[in-house]
Amino acid sequence: MTRRLGSVVPVIELTELTKRYGDKTAVDHLSVTVRSGTVTGFLGPNGSGKSTTLRMILGLNAPSSGAVTVEGRPFADRPRGLRHVGALLDAQDIHGGRSAVAHLKSLAVSNRIPLRRVGEVLEEVGLAETGRKRIGGYSLGMKQRLGIAGALLGDPPVLLFDEPLNGLDPEGVRWVREMFQKLAKEGRTVFVSSHLMSEMEHTAERLVVIGRGRLIADETLVDFARRGSQATVLVRSPEADALSAILAAEGAAVAPAADGGLTVTGLPADRIGELAWRNNIMLAELATGNASLEKAFMELTADSVEYAAGENR
Amino acid sequence: MSTATAASQSPTYVRVPSEPRPRFRDLCRMEWIKVASLRATWFVLIAAALATVFINLNGVHSDLQYLDHDLAHPRGITPDGKVWHFVYDPLRRSLSEIAVQLMMLGGSAIGALTMFGEFSTGQIRTTFVAVPKRGSVVAAKVTVLCTITTILAFVVALISFLGGQAMVASRHVGLSITDHDAQIAIAAYTLVVPVSALVGMLFGAIIRNATASIVGVVAFLFLIPAFFGGDKYRWVVELRHLFPGNAESNLTYWTHDPYTSNGRWPASHLHSWAVLVGWTVVSIVTALIVVKKRDA
Ligand SMILES: Nc1ncnc2c1ncn2[C@@H]1O[C@H](COP(=O)(O)OP(=O)(O)OP(=O)(O)O)[C@@H](O)[C@H]1O
Ligand SMILES: [Mg+2]
Repeated sequence: MTRRLGSVVPVIELTELTKRYGDKTAVDHLSVTVRSGTVTGFLGPNGSGKSTTLRMILGLNAPSSGAVTVEGRPFADRPRGLRHVGALLDAQDIHGGRSAVAHLKSLAVSNRIPLRRVGEVLEEVGLAETGRKRIGGYSLGMKQRLGIAGALLGDPPVLLFDEPLNGLDPEGVRWVREMFQKLAKEGRTVFVSSHLMSEMEHTAERLVVIGRGRLIADETLVDFARRGSQATVLVRSPEADALSAILAAEGAAVAPAADGGLTVTGLPADRIGELAWRNNIMLAELATGNASLEKAFMELTADSVEYAAGENR
Repeated sequence: MSTATAASQSPTYVRVPSEPRPRFRDLCRMEWIKVASLRATWFVLIAAALATVFINLNGVHSDLQYLDHDLAHPRGITPDGKVWHFVYDPLRRSLSEIAVQLMMLGGSAIGALTMFGEFSTGQIRTTFVAVPKRGSVVAAKVTVLCTITTILAFVVALISFLGGQAMVASRHVGLSITDHDAQIAIAAYTLVVPVSALVGMLFGAIIRNATASIVGVVAFLFLIPAFFGGDKYRWVVELRHLFPGNAESNLTYWTHDPYTSNGRWPASHLHSWAVLVGWTVVSIVTALIVVKKRDA
């Protein structure tokens, strides 16, 4: 079913996109290009304008200025959308009085999607059993799954998800992550928002980070992790003392880790590897600490956190 | 660098050229599934229809008790000395105003529901991602809403009329369905219901909240006209003639009883039809504009 072409074209293109609510600027001159074939994470603290941006991409909210195109044209100009974009904005964006089957059927019919797809997507998200029950009685996680089913219905090349992991159990989270990666591998564009770096860490390959509606970063996850001044790297070596001295000489802060390794701050992992190699020091382990991404995110968005609890830690 | 790597590996998804051509009837089917899959829709419509038919048939039935007496002694004298002659009005009970108000209420509630049901739940965003062209969604809603309410109201009007006339037929005061007045009355009794539904849809589109939309449309259809009662001032009467309910009662008014009157400054039939058409146009156009302009 996948249709492939050799080169990459920008699929979602935001140009100076701006949305103002009264005197509040929710999205501020945002220019971003989201490409196909990868999962792109869309990160920002609460109220930074992620949902507003996604709604503008879908033509649900009109930009105050700037423009956004999907597959080269404004989405709102399309007569039918489901074969172009699948979206899950809010799992609650659904009328509770219908059954999942009726809901998906109404969507499928409008876009001339064969009705067998309804059963297929329900099966895919694990709602085949409950499909005939009223949506009003579903749990948040079930609604989340139903929203994903709706997004997949038209087998679209572009998928947008706003905080899709909310309300999912660990098994559900794993399933969603694998699904995103599978969709991206098929060549689709997957754009997923979150306010938690930890959610993106094992999901996205690229990151678009915003704060107070402005662009903070648009790069790969790896590059982003390097940005954090506090990025920590865990090293283990039989010659820990010698390595420690060399790293300290390069300006890194080195601290012994609990289990005999070293925690290095201030040098990226590839530089540490290089130094060790040059000095003929064998490394048993070299890993970028998990905390660094989260830290980079916290540091970079610290200035733009609007609804901070108490003072910044 | 990782950008370049990712870029050279990533295939691009291309659209197969054979996307089916969009058809309006698919949108109507979507709206039909949405309306039909809500229990509230059927409950409201069937309850209103049954109550309306019951009130009308029961009204004619209660007429029967004194009808024979009145027909036998048709002449009477009012307390102020005027002579009058009894004439049975075959429309007043069988197509009664109070009963059609129930149909109008049901229709306007369903109309409002088609809009607030989507806006207050957020369902509208899901709908607009499926069909980004908002105008065609509104057009499909209008089509489905008018079809359902018109068919139901027509059936109700027919049963009420034919049932009522059958009950008085043995007294030879009934009207035939081929009668011109009867046909106009049935048409008005039917069409005021889709018009009310469209007005309800307009309130739902503007207000977007369930309770407030229903209160708004009920106030508009039934409460506000009540402020324009009486025959004292001409402008008051003319304002009253602008409401859909008044247009309906004017068109169902039976003019062949010389001893009753339709009030001072009665509206012409043309005027009443224009009022019904006017509200139809105003409701559809305003709903279209509101839905297109505002953020979903
Ligand atoms: N309809 C609206 N009217 C007024 N202000 C709004 C509206 N929608 C959003 N905002 C404001 O715009 C800003 C961005 O909101 P948005 O919902 O896009 O943030 P978000 O990044 O999705 O946040 P979260 O992580 O909490 O979901 C917020 O400050 C919000 O108060
Ligand atoms: Mg949000």
